[in-house]
Amino acid sequence: MAITEAPAKMFGQAIKRREDPRLITGKGNYLDDIRLIGTLHAAVLRSPYAHARIKSINTDAAKALPGVVAVITGDEIAKEQNPLPCAWAAGGVTNNVNTPRALAVDTVRFTGDGVAMVVAESAYLAYDALDLIEVDYEPLDVIVDAEAATQEGAPQLHENAPNNVVMRWTCGAEEATAQAIDGAEVVVKQRILNQRLLPTPMETRGYVSRYEPATGEYTIWMSSQAPHVHRLLLSAFVLGIPEHKMRCIAPDVGGGFGAKIFLYPEMAATLYAAKLTGQPVKWVESRRENYLATTHGRDHITDLEIAGTRDGKIMALRIHTYANLGAYLSTIAPGIPTTLYGRMVAGVYKIPNVFVEVKGVYSNTGMVDAYRGAGRPEATYVVERAVDLLATELGMDPAEIRRRNFIQPEDFPYDTGIGMLPYDSGNYEPALDKALEMVGYQEFRKKQAEARKQGRLLGIGVCSYVEVCGVAPSKWIGLAGEGWGAGLWESANVKVHLTGKVVVTSGSLPHGQGHETTFAQIVADELGVPYEDVLVEHSDTQGTPFGYGTYGSRSAAVGGTAIFKSTAKIKEKARRLAAHMLEAAEEDIEFTDGKAFVRGAPDSAKTIQEIALQASVAYDLPQGMEPFLDETTYYDPPNCTFPFGTHICTVEIDPETGKVTVLRYIAVDDVGKVINPLIVDGQLHGGIAQGLAQALYEGAVYDENGQLLTGSLMDYAIPKADMVPHYELARTETPSPVNPLGVKGAGEAGTIASGATVSSAVIDALAHLGIRHLDMPYTAERVWRAINERNGGKHVS
Amino acid sequence: MEVSVTVNGKAHHHDVPPRLLLVHYLREQLNLTGTHVGCDTSQCGACVVQMNGQTVKSCTVLAVQAAGAEIMTIEGLATNGEYHAMQQGFWEMHGLQCGFCTPGMIMSAVGLLKENAHPSDTEIRHALEGNLCRCTGYENIIKAVQHAASHGTAATNGDAMRQETKPETPETAAEIEHPQRDDGAPEKPETVEEWKGENAGV
Repeated sequence: MAITEAPAKMFGQAIKRREDPRLITGKGNYLDDIRLIGTLHAAVLRSPYAHARIKSINTDAAKALPGVVAVITGDEIAKEQNPLPCAWAAGGVTNNVNTPRALAVDTVRFTGDGVAMVVAESAYLAYDALDLIEVDYEPLDVIVDAEAATQEGAPQLHENAPNNVVMRWTCGAEEATAQAIDGAEVVVKQRILNQRLLPTPMETRGYVSRYEPATGEYTIWMSSQAPHVHRLLLSAFVLGIPEHKMRCIAPDVGGGFGAKIFLYPEMAATLYAAKLTGQPVKWVESRRENYLATTHGRDHITDLEIAGTRDGKIMALRIHTYANLGAYLSTIAPGIPTTLYGRMVAGVYKIPNVFVEVKGVYSNTGMVDAYRGAGRPEATYVVERAVDLLATELGMDPAEIRRRNFIQPEDFPYDTGIGMLPYDSGNYEPALDKALEMVGYQEFRKKQAEARKQGRLLGIGVCSYVEVCGVAPSKWIGLAGEGWGAGLWESANVKVHLTGKVVVTSGSLPHGQGHETTFAQIVADELGVPYEDVLVEHSDTQGTPFGYGTYGSRSAAVGGTAIFKSTAKIKEKARRLAAHMLEAAEEDIEFTDGKAFVRGAPDSAKTIQEIALQASVAYDLPQGMEPFLDETTYYDPPNCTFPFGTHICTVEIDPETGKVTVLRYIAVDDVGKVINPLIVDGQLHGGIAQGLAQALYEGAVYDENGQLLTGSLMDYAIPKADMVPHYELARTETPSPVNPLGVKGAGEAGTIASGATVSSAVIDALAHLGIRHLDMPYTAERVWRAINERNGGKHVS
Repeated sequence: MEVSVTVNGKAHHHDVPPRLLLVHYLREQLNLTGTHVGCDTSQCGACVVQMNGQTVKSCTVLAVQAAGAEIMTIEGLATNGEYHAMQQGFWEMHGLQCGFCTPGMIMSAVGLLKENAHPSDTEIRHALEGNLCRCTGYENIIKAVQHAASHGTAATNGDAMRQETKPETPETAAEIEHPQRDDGAPEKPETVEEWKGENAGV
């Protein structure tokens, strides 16, 4: 077959997604769309108290309601199931791990803690029956604030955790940092709050559990970011059954943002209910429950100190953080404010002395775990706020102080010295310059000065960030002392079937990121087959190889590379088979663009389709070669990847009302090589919106009794279309040397940068009033109060 | 109670409990699972359908209130295997990620174009304020609606379509047509009653 022009590469193309036709026509298959014959419906009775002893539960009336099949309590399940495990206890967590059970036993510790489950013939009936359950509670004292929880005399949540401390964790050099701060020319201190957030995927959680008595096998459909991990934890840790007796399937997943990584009590409770009733049991979370009982994010109280020279060289950074982890430890909760936060606080700067202390704390609030960015938005906020504060103190331009302290291109791989793996590659200044140029920085500063004379409040915020993505190397993440008891590799199988069509089964799975499209783009290029000929299968533990799940912007860098490596193995086998078919020596065969040929004689090429057919029918294979083109890879990268960039935002604040308006939002991101720019830009847009929303709108609020005041979409302000600006995106491209694709990851970058960026702009707009810091969210009221206070409190508030 | 209703051109007759919500009737009785439920307070808009040509949140309408009505859900939007211009727009412009809000978003946007064939960026943002999306930051949803408005029902070649909208570079808050809201611009009516100007909650 003649070699014609090389086909256009799919890698780098902004092709539209193959997932979309089913989703735009209402043919998606989300959890609540699953219909199994005989399905029963579950509802959970939740504690109205944030802390109480359960004296008694009377389920008689509920059980008597026609249509109710079972009413289950925690005592009953505790006879068969263990508590959920904590899979990342992190350094310093030893004997005080307290995790939730399927339903609470004896004591409830946050508002929304599950107390009983009703299983009925319809969801309406199940909810009716909840009203008929009588629970006698003895209310206990409540503590919601993480710092207050650690003080003497605070209410205690768990006997094994004195003063509610989960762990005290440190990184960096305590002594050297103290000395550097003591001897510094300039030191700035500030307390900053990173408020609690509610992840709010538009699809809430849900599970359908089924039990087959004949085989003892469970199947659970789950709205999940990590079905393989859930199978492992549910079988081996919670139910104590062999792993092969459980199958986990994630159908289309309507967003996760971290919240669907974790093991949840309702998974265990529906599995119990399915076995008890002998029928499939479906539970779909209401939004109210989602806000109460699905994990939350952030919630840090941080005291920062930054020290520098008078000419703007950063000399030391010291951080003390209280991380509120909620009433129990969620699946990887302690790992977030430690490894993914503490070890990233140096950001993009060369800081010779860094010390971080984190206290993880129990409180009578919902569990806190990874939420988009997971530790890195908090770290970025801390270091960027610190750098801005130092710039203000020195009277130095915030862009200039950043430039002066950047890690330089020749420094990579760069070790920050606080236990993070070395940053893989970076070139921070071009991204800053590009962003400054796009916004017209000097011009804006002039306008700002003019505006101030007229009493108008204009502000510009700059944030240069770096994050850790493609989180993996098992050797690092699993190091003794950090408590992650597993690896973080990914796997993929690639088969070229007899007809030349390719099936990829991936351990990585999507919940909106478009894996089916981007993974097919990689395979089409590598094997030289039409993109349409590649099918990507995922999300079912039966039929896909093990994967650790989709989070930490790791699917392309780790899962994508596993696929790439499988295609390389396929190509190698195809080359050997082609040598046999062409009666040539193996070393003379070249495989390019889907064709194998004797080097220098491309006219006699065998196509991948011809080779696949020969491999499949298998009656004429080289001696010892197995039939079929079928290769699997378990890929454990040598390092994480470290995307970076600079975001700039301009705002105007109405001095009369305190209302903040975003004028422009500019993002220059470097996520390494880009497989599909359409998808990457979409990830950045959504990420920016979530961080911007933290700065301007969102915040979960508990009152002193532990009642969640922001318990519905009426009270918790996720942004609407008219609450966000247009985003202006640009890129620099510094390929990652860690993986052969050169990709870094893009899922969280937007969120990691945007909160700090908008915060910087708002505080900049108020700086000339003497306002040095203001905590997020910058609601009109909060900003107005700050302005009014500076004006001498003219208006009585 | 007896209900006769036409959904996507097909007549249905059922005996339903008086408290059954229209969204559950569509999903559970008719197996039209493209209409989603994303909240319990009528905020998210994942359940939006067209009822007698009006945009309604089907979680806020009782099935019995829909008696005699003509309803169109996301499943009824494509005709003869050809996507509606709005569906095509969302596909072309990457107006969806997880896809959960998408059916409601598309149905609301279809309603918008019926009233305003060529809405501005601002008008689109306001018209869609009853529909929440957590994935896209709305950027590409706005582009998707604009794409539908400018392409009508004609199918397009998607691979060549990607064009950046001209960046807005406002200098002041007053220049921004869609200031970020933190207070009460009037909400869209949520129920049929409000549309009809009758008392809500009958």
